[in-house]
Amino acid sequence: MNLARTFVLHLRKDLRLEWRSKDAANSMLFFALLVVVVFAFAFDPLAEESRRIAGGIAWVALLFATIVALNQGWARELRNGVLDALRLAPASPNALFLGKVTANFLFVALVECLVTPVFIVFYNLNVLGSGWQLLLVAVLGTWALVVNGTFFGALSIRTRNRELMLPLILFPISLPALLGMVMATTDILTGERVPRDWIKLLTVYDIVFTVVSLLLFESILGAE
Amino acid sequence: MLGENGAGKTTLLRIIAGLSRPTRGSVRVLGADNPRDVSGRMGYMAHSTLLYDDLTARENLEYFGGLYQDRKILSSEEARDLVGLNNVDVRRRVSEYSQGMKQRLALARALLASPELLLLDEPFSNVDANSISAMALLLGRLRDEGTTVLVITHQLDALAGVADEWITLRSGSIVARSNSLSESASMRSDG
Repeated sequence: MNLARTFVLHLRKDLRLEWRSKDAANSMLFFALLVVVVFAFAFDPLAEESRRIAGGIAWVALLFATIVALNQGWARELRNGVLDALRLAPASPNALFLGKVTANFLFVALVECLVTPVFIVFYNLNVLGSGWQLLLVAVLGTWALVVNGTFFGALSIRTRNRELMLPLILFPISLPALLGMVMATTDILTGERVPRDWIKLLTVYDIVFTVVSLLLFESILGAE
Repeated sequence: MLGENGAGKTTLLRIIAGLSRPTRGSVRVLGADNPRDVSGRMGYMAHSTLLYDDLTARENLEYFGGLYQDRKILSSEEARDLVGLNNVDVRRRVSEYSQGMKQRLALARALLASPELLLLDEPFSNVDANSISAMALLLGRLRDEGTTVLVITHQLDALAGVADEWITLRSGSIVARSNSLSESASMRSDG
């Protein structure tokens, strides 16, 4: 009960701060749109070709855009030493972690919703596979990026080059998930096969990394 | 707690709060060997405000108060009353406050959970003379009510009639300890 209440408290605070500053959403949206447009001009693909490469481009764009949001999320806690107040509070660190992951998830999901129509137009896409599977892959893939990113963002928060450090740690760790997202999305867009195995991989990846992050987050938060 | 810059005052305060670990030795706070175990019974005010600039005073106080769920928490109004910020427009964000107001709000945040041990690092910096007197009075009252208050300050006069003990640090060691400010000053100049 306490965990749920504290989780809501953190989530509400993060959403409120983002609503007022729009730091993460603006930079993410701008970055994602930029990548989508630049790739569209660079390749000028036909519809069939688009379906094969769109999954990769979309997820790479989102991966880079997510990094921007994740860096903003923790940088906010460093300003005015707020992180010290959070470390001192006798509240569950996992509530803080889950609150931040959920807030980041919502920011990235919002950007996905805004970028998808642009993506469909620029790449002349029509989904041949199942729409709900695409939605499922989007949710699982976004969670994979965000849960890892939030965890490693906390890990690199006190390093001097944290903007560089986060992608350096996050990209190799995210490779299995990225592979699953890209392959599953391509399968759905082309309608060639049902990406059952890729969805299973993403589900297992999400569960494992969420549990491990929750187990380790208290040590990360308490570290000097 | 007095001492020149670099004497180790802030480090000691952070160790007591459980934010830093001592390189050697140990610390026992409110009967606990690990300060983290009793962090809910402590209030801590640092050089920085430990507040979100983009939230209002009320939002900040309600948020941080909500993190102390097992303790009786002052309401946002009660906490602001304590530090004399009751007349401030509650819709204003903290970023729009003067430095002195931020300091007082930071003190209100530290007082939210009615701490048994209050750790204050330079609470009077950038605060006007009237506010300093009001804050010192408040600290005296808290002491009378049984709160242990440990203050780092360079503005010695502010606490002249309030503090029970003056501790002077130099290079991480206590070099003077006295019950009066004048005695402490002479001991420091002797040392």
